[in-house]
Amino acid sequence: MSSLAHHALTWSMSVKISSLNRKLLRDLWRLKSQGLAIASVVAAGIALMVAIFGSVAALTLSMDAFYEHYRFADVFASLKRAPNSLETRLRAIDGVATLETRIVVSVPLDLADMAEPATGRLISVPEGRNPTINGIDLRRGRLVERGRPSEVIISEPFAEANDLTLNDTVSATINGKKRKLNIVGIALTPEYIYAMAPGELMPDDKRFGVLWMGREALAAAFDLDEAFNDVAATLRRDARPEYVLERLDDILKPYGGLGAYARKDQMSHFFLINELTQLEAMGGLMPPIFLAVAAFLLNIVITRIVTTEREQIGLLKAFGYTDWEVGRQYLKLIIVLVGAGLLMGLVAGNWIGQAVMDLYNEYFKFPLLAYRVEPSVFLTAGLVSALAGAVGGLGAVRQAVRLSPAVAMSPPMPTTFKRTGFSAVFTKFKISQPTRMIFRHVTRWPARTGLTIIGIAFAVAILVSSLFFMDTVQHVISVIFFEKERQTLTVSFVEPRASTVVEEVRHLPGVLATQPVRSVSVRMHKGTLTERTAITGIVSHANLNRLLDTSINPVEPPPGGLALSEHLARKLGVGIGDMVRVEVMQERRPVKDLPVTRIVEEYMGLTAYMNLEAINRLMLEGPTVTGVHILADRNKVDALYHRIKNMPAVAGVSLTTAALDSFQTTMESTMYVMVGIFVAFATLIAFGVTYNSSRIALSERARALASLRVLGFTRAEVTYILLGELGIQTLIALPVGCVLGYGIALLMSPSLNTDMYSFPLIIADSTYGFSVTVVAVSAIICGLMVRQRVYKLDLVSVLKTRE
Amino acid sequence: MTPPDHSFDSHSEGAAHHTGDETFRAEGISKVYETGETKVHALRGVDLSLYEGELVVLLGPSGSGKSTLLNILGGLDQPSAGTLYFRGREVTAFNPEELTLFRRDHIGFVFQFYNLIPSLTARENVALVTEIAQNPMTPDEALEMVGLGHRMDHFPAQMSGGEQQRVAIARAVAKKPSVLLCDEPTGALDSKTGIVVLQALARANAELNTTTAVITHNAGIAEMADRVIRFADGHIVSVERNENRRPPEDLTW
Repeated sequence: MSSLAHHALTWSMSVKISSLNRKLLRDLWRLKSQGLAIASVVAAGIALMVAIFGSVAALTLSMDAFYEHYRFADVFASLKRAPNSLETRLRAIDGVATLETRIVVSVPLDLADMAEPATGRLISVPEGRNPTINGIDLRRGRLVERGRPSEVIISEPFAEANDLTLNDTVSATINGKKRKLNIVGIALTPEYIYAMAPGELMPDDKRFGVLWMGREALAAAFDLDEAFNDVAATLRRDARPEYVLERLDDILKPYGGLGAYARKDQMSHFFLINELTQLEAMGGLMPPIFLAVAAFLLNIVITRIVTTEREQIGLLKAFGYTDWEVGRQYLKLIIVLVGAGLLMGLVAGNWIGQAVMDLYNEYFKFPLLAYRVEPSVFLTAGLVSALAGAVGGLGAVRQAVRLSPAVAMSPPMPTTFKRTGFSAVFTKFKISQPTRMIFRHVTRWPARTGLTIIGIAFAVAILVSSLFFMDTVQHVISVIFFEKERQTLTVSFVEPRASTVVEEVRHLPGVLATQPVRSVSVRMHKGTLTERTAITGIVSHANLNRLLDTSINPVEPPPGGLALSEHLARKLGVGIGDMVRVEVMQERRPVKDLPVTRIVEEYMGLTAYMNLEAINRLMLEGPTVTGVHILADRNKVDALYHRIKNMPAVAGVSLTTAALDSFQTTMESTMYVMVGIFVAFATLIAFGVTYNSSRIALSERARALASLRVLGFTRAEVTYILLGELGIQTLIALPVGCVLGYGIALLMSPSLNTDMYSFPLIIADSTYGFSVTVVAVSAIICGLMVRQRVYKLDLVSVLKTRE
Repeated sequence: MTPPDHSFDSHSEGAAHHTGDETFRAEGISKVYETGETKVHALRGVDLSLYEGELVVLLGPSGSGKSTLLNILGGLDQPSAGTLYFRGREVTAFNPEELTLFRRDHIGFVFQFYNLIPSLTARENVALVTEIAQNPMTPDEALEMVGLGHRMDHFPAQMSGGEQQRVAIARAVAKKPSVLLCDEPTGALDSKTGIVVLQALARANAELNTTTAVITHNAGIAEMADRVIRFADGHIVSVERNENRRPPEDLTW
């Protein structure tokens, strides 16, 4: 044997593929488009799963590491003022591990390139060292030093949003005096991972920033020498948090304590947990839908293959192949399809996960938040896709295994049809024979028809249930910004002030109208239930910031009672006419039982309202305000901003239009990415289901359709019979999908109702319309693709073969 | 046109005996199937005429080209070379849409495996054709004609092979076609059932004056034909006129 021939032989032996595997490869090639459709649906489910759970893992790990490393507090408390000597008593509370007192104050900031004022949260830090609790991650620069009172460290997102860097200065109005603060450091903190100013809807890094200042410098500026107004503490493992909170309240009460709260109620942490909960809910709902659809598609395709190949199966078994050897071939087919989907899904999931992380990095400020591939997520993805493959394909494989050679090689019994009640109807209304064929096929396999309809319906439902959130948010925005909060800006003061200040504000340049606000921190008690909240006083005939009833109609604040948001009323378990005990946490701390006289629509927070004068009476004070809503002439706002920046005792300014803008920007960047992904995936489902169903219908009816062509039916007439079935299924599926979508949205809506939000479930008609259109168009495109195959039917060969 | 010397000029042979008009005229029909590098010559220059009302039996071993010719006559396939005329119109020049209409208006097909639509009853299978035909009989008339007046509302799965084939014949003749083309219509049936089917065919041929061509490899059936055309290797090897047509019930095989 020549050496060349020898090599050729060795090579052919080494790559020897068994005949059965060759058949498998050819089958795969023949099935490529259907297989791709199935693999894509598997991939979509896996991708979502990997992306969602990968993101959850990344967020959780980053959060835990950040909290741990910088000793994020377990409990928090704010107060008016207490002497440093009180610290010893606080530290002695049973369960407290470490405790630190601080000074926290909000001030208006004047930024060089921004007309409107920004709000700065000044937090004291010990000079020359990092705080023991709620430490800061110094990104650049250094800590503030003793004896340099104008040094500050600023938060990194605020620095980036305003192009501030080391050695730049920020101008702040501190206790009525303009002060230039030198930036010596830029930092992140676990306390403001999600940095949202109070009363805002979204983080706005340009207009809200955290500034850390030396304790002595801050104390001097606010006349808080040897005193503090904020407490943070970590707890021992064996601590009873409720007890610690209770003790804190008791001790701080005489010092104007505003009520201690646990980490779960801390703003930044709350939003982070809320996001994680929503992600997990979505992760538990969406991937299973995709994988169930994939299992269904696998089932119809593999079952069909086994049916068409029954003679081959019989033949192989007659030749001496074992049941297992034959069944294994179909198992391999399933493994290849699901495996391809799994791989595609892992790759796509990683990619989507990265994109989601990029989005989160815009809103959640961690030192390091990277999408991480967790082996456990991969393992779960593998198991879940194996489950989908097993559910979808094993029935068909078992059918192949069980088929006895003799039975397999005789032709299958022709499909039996029965005359049903329809037949009389058909005759009565002279329904054409092609139309009768369509109806009989649809009703002949009700399970398959039903599953196909459900599959297509899920495509609609996924669209509806991923788009509805935008409708809800749009609705909330339009109610909040156009019905409820119609002021241009709101100025809030450091201390309650006599209402004469409203008159001063009225005369500032560009001010068209004003509305006073009086807000007090309270605890509301009903039986054993307690909620921390604030009561906002609203004047009668308010025109800027209004109360809305549950039908979004403006209403007057009740003269003698409380107006509670639906959410707060629910949490306290009260309705109109019930009495609520109100414990004021400020000033003279009055306690009074008040009746609930109205329930109002409020999407954010647990809010309560009273008539402003009634609050003044409750507080045993004269006409007093804590802030002013302003309607301003848009052409003169710059002058107005300039004056407000220089006003003494202003704690902060919130701009309604800026809030609206940042809300819209967030909508665009976050939602459209997510919605884009869901539209793509829903289209995959619609396509996967319609394409596979019609290809199988074509394979089953090829003979009948070719016969019709021979009898003189045109291609269009024959296509009508085939695609009519798909059409009917799609037509039924569209409304079913809308209902299903509403159902899924309803399932997801609990995530809209947190302690912070209480959003209604709103689905716009346009959302249904869009979803239905996307799915209908993919069904039509898929119909056109199958039509091409009808056009290529080989009439002669079809007729020559036995069924 | 010079046919190969062993071919048989079927235009002249027997044509003089017919009073009926010429339905089909095939001139030099060839069909070559190309599969990769090999070429299969299914028909090698066939000349043939079929006349109105006659019943022709095409005999020959499998692969001799008779089915290919039947498919070309019925407008299911186009020849590689040659010309086919149907009542003077050149079928070989038709586009796919014209071929569809040609089949719809003029041709009835009967196949070995019946090719009924399983989801339609016997009556509905026939109605499938009558709904698109120009001057059809009613489905009931067509089914009566093949002796199935009592089985009209049965689905194919509820009928025997012979019954299914008779439904196929009823479906083929219901539109009163000019031509009835049958490819091994009794191939899947036992002889007793086969005769019933052939009776149905003969009756349709006689009552509707339909030009009927029947492919078979069963020489016994040839005795019911007006002419018997024998095929081998893509050629017509002989055309015989049958002076004593025998009714199907007298046939044996």
